[in-house]
Amino acid sequence: MTDIGRSGAVSRPVEADKPPGLLYNIFVRNITAKIAASPMVAIVLIVFIGCTLWSVWFSFTDSRSLPNGDFVGWAQYERLFSARRWKISATNLLTYGIFSLVFTMVVGFLLAVLMDQKLRFEDGFRTIFLYPFALSGIVTGLVWQWIMNPTLGLQSTIRGLGWTSFTFDWITNTDMVLYALLIAGTWHGTGFVMVLMLAGLRSIDGEIWKAARVDGIPTWRTYLQIVLPMMRGVIVTTLVIVGSGIVRTYDLVVALTNGGPGLSSEVPAKYVINYMFTAGNLGQALAASTVMLLAVFVILIPWMIIEFGPKKAH
Amino acid sequence: MKKFTVVAAMAAAMMSSTAAMAAELEVTHWWTSGGESAAVAEFARLFNETGNTWVDSALAGSGTGANPVIISRILGGDPMGATQMNTGRDAEGLIQAGLIRDLTPLAEEEGWKDFYADPGLFDACTYDGKIYCVPVNIHSWHWLWLSTGAYEKIGQPVPKDWNEYVASWPALREAGVVPFGLAAGWALNGIPGVLLADVGGPDLYMKINKDHDAEAVRSPEFRKVAEAWAALRDVVDPAEVVPQFGDVANQLLAGEAAGNIHGDWIQGEFAVAGATPGVEYDCLPGLGLTDRIEGGGDAFYFPVLPEGTAQDVLDAQTTLAKLLVSKEAQVAFNLKKGSMPIRTDIDLSTANDCMKKAITILESPEGLLPSGETLNSSDTQQQLDDLNQEFFADKSYSVDDYIEEYAAIIESAD
Repeated sequence: MTDIGRSGAVSRPVEADKPPGLLYNIFVRNITAKIAASPMVAIVLIVFIGCTLWSVWFSFTDSRSLPNGDFVGWAQYERLFSARRWKISATNLLTYGIFSLVFTMVVGFLLAVLMDQKLRFEDGFRTIFLYPFALSGIVTGLVWQWIMNPTLGLQSTIRGLGWTSFTFDWITNTDMVLYALLIAGTWHGTGFVMVLMLAGLRSIDGEIWKAARVDGIPTWRTYLQIVLPMMRGVIVTTLVIVGSGIVRTYDLVVALTNGGPGLSSEVPAKYVINYMFTAGNLGQALAASTVMLLAVFVILIPWMIIEFGPKKAH
Repeated sequence: MKKFTVVAAMAAAMMSSTAAMAAELEVTHWWTSGGESAAVAEFARLFNETGNTWVDSALAGSGTGANPVIISRILGGDPMGATQMNTGRDAEGLIQAGLIRDLTPLAEEEGWKDFYADPGLFDACTYDGKIYCVPVNIHSWHWLWLSTGAYEKIGQPVPKDWNEYVASWPALREAGVVPFGLAAGWALNGIPGVLLADVGGPDLYMKINKDHDAEAVRSPEFRKVAEAWAALRDVVDPAEVVPQFGDVANQLLAGEAAGNIHGDWIQGEFAVAGATPGVEYDCLPGLGLTDRIEGGGDAFYFPVLPEGTAQDVLDAQTTLAKLLVSKEAQVAFNLKKGSMPIRTDIDLSTANDCMKKAITILESPEGLLPSGETLNSSDTQQQLDDLNQEFFADKSYSVDDYIEEYAAIIESAD
């Protein structure tokens, strides 16, 4: 250690006898690894952190279509929080997010459990359930828009078959449109959750199943009280992936309802895009995106503390 | 040998003579729907008749998708002979960079400003006092389209103005006709502006959109506009909303819906279906209440072609620029497109009833109101659209709240 310290400190003769300093640790130790990692570090610093800070800074300006406005303090945020459309968007996302998270996780897990019963044609079923995930949000939205459109889709088909009072107009109904969105979203995301959960189930040691059977524990209790807790890692990963997918919900809404009827299915990401590109109000759009970023942090930080915080001694 | 020389000389003479006359010119545009492509085909036909060749490059994605493609081609040094392009900031950038041909000499030579119905149309094309684009039509939202078939069903004459139309709604409902056919999404956004200018009157329209006078929003005149808007909201059943404006056109022609306020391009759909105004449908510019309507147009730009381009190609550009505004092309194009011609001195025998009504309006000295899009910033426009969408979808949204929200937006408008 001291040898390396000496050789590294040749240029700093004054400190030659001291233990390696902070600067030495940052710049010289493991120099090859640091050089190799520097492009990645630069990208993270410039693209992710730099651009994020840039966005946050310009949310405090009155920039219109170009980022050249003057500093206006909290004015953009005041306008944002008094905008009805923003309130509607945020409430919608919260409702949609909670339902969507619960549905995809529960249904995904149940499907994975069914798949786990040594089914015949399991591969085939797995492909069928995973297939929706291979479609983009736009395609999913468009397909469900046609299915749920009262004048073209399911409603008119069933009425055509003779059941004339049948009504399925969620997509044009301001109170129900979020649930229409939920149907499409769940259909799209469940297969992916199922596959992750299935991988988690398969990683459980067979010996545990044998032990549970010997002890005479019913299968459902084994799943609920033994297997599920053991799958904690998979479940947390799935939650983070599904959760971040929900916050950035955009393409599905654009294709399915385009925010309508009226503003009843607007989401925050759409507010950002609209005000950035259609309305040419960069300051307002960036204020909205900053609030979205804070919302993500509110979810992520407790999780990071739990996952990566100081580990308890085993 | 001698024979060969003669043949070669003849061939060369022929080639040069045709070359002097004709050239291929690539024209990009985003007119891809049924009525639109029929309209642009008229320009192509007339251009080909001059001996030149129109090389058609239709781009998908309309103004938002195709416009960036066009701009990047011009910037990238691969300019087309002529192109449809959105007027505005992007076009200004190209003009500043010297990539767009200056049409001022041609405009002066041909006296464009003398025969254009409204010289204000050139405002969007003018930069530093020079003209860089050719407006080819005037589009307006201010039309009430009525289905004659629907009124036959209820045994009433086709309304002559907005008030008569509103009065006919209960009878239409009873007969199972949709009173107001509406397409989902953006089709709604144009309607409040129409009501403002036509029910409220041009003065109110200018006070609110130009002077941004919030007191005008709180006035009784504006309340009438808001009430008309609320009445329209209440007569539309959300379950009857159809996906595209073309579907509304079909509803009107079939007599399933009685009326619609929509931009004049819907007439292109009527034309494709072979319908004639006065027979299958009727049109009321300014909702039959006013003779001043709001309008703006599509425009063609002519990029500066690279050094060494043959003179005949440059001449073909000039020929096309002259042709776009010629009487014959204006009638042929706008009849198919459904829009108003930019000149009023055209041959009226070929125009249909709706175009004749439009020309009467254009001939009056102050016929055209400046469009809301040029008076309000797109930020203000977006806030108004948000408000209108919410108001229209929520039948419990009161007129008073609407007026207050509207006034707040106008107060902070720019």
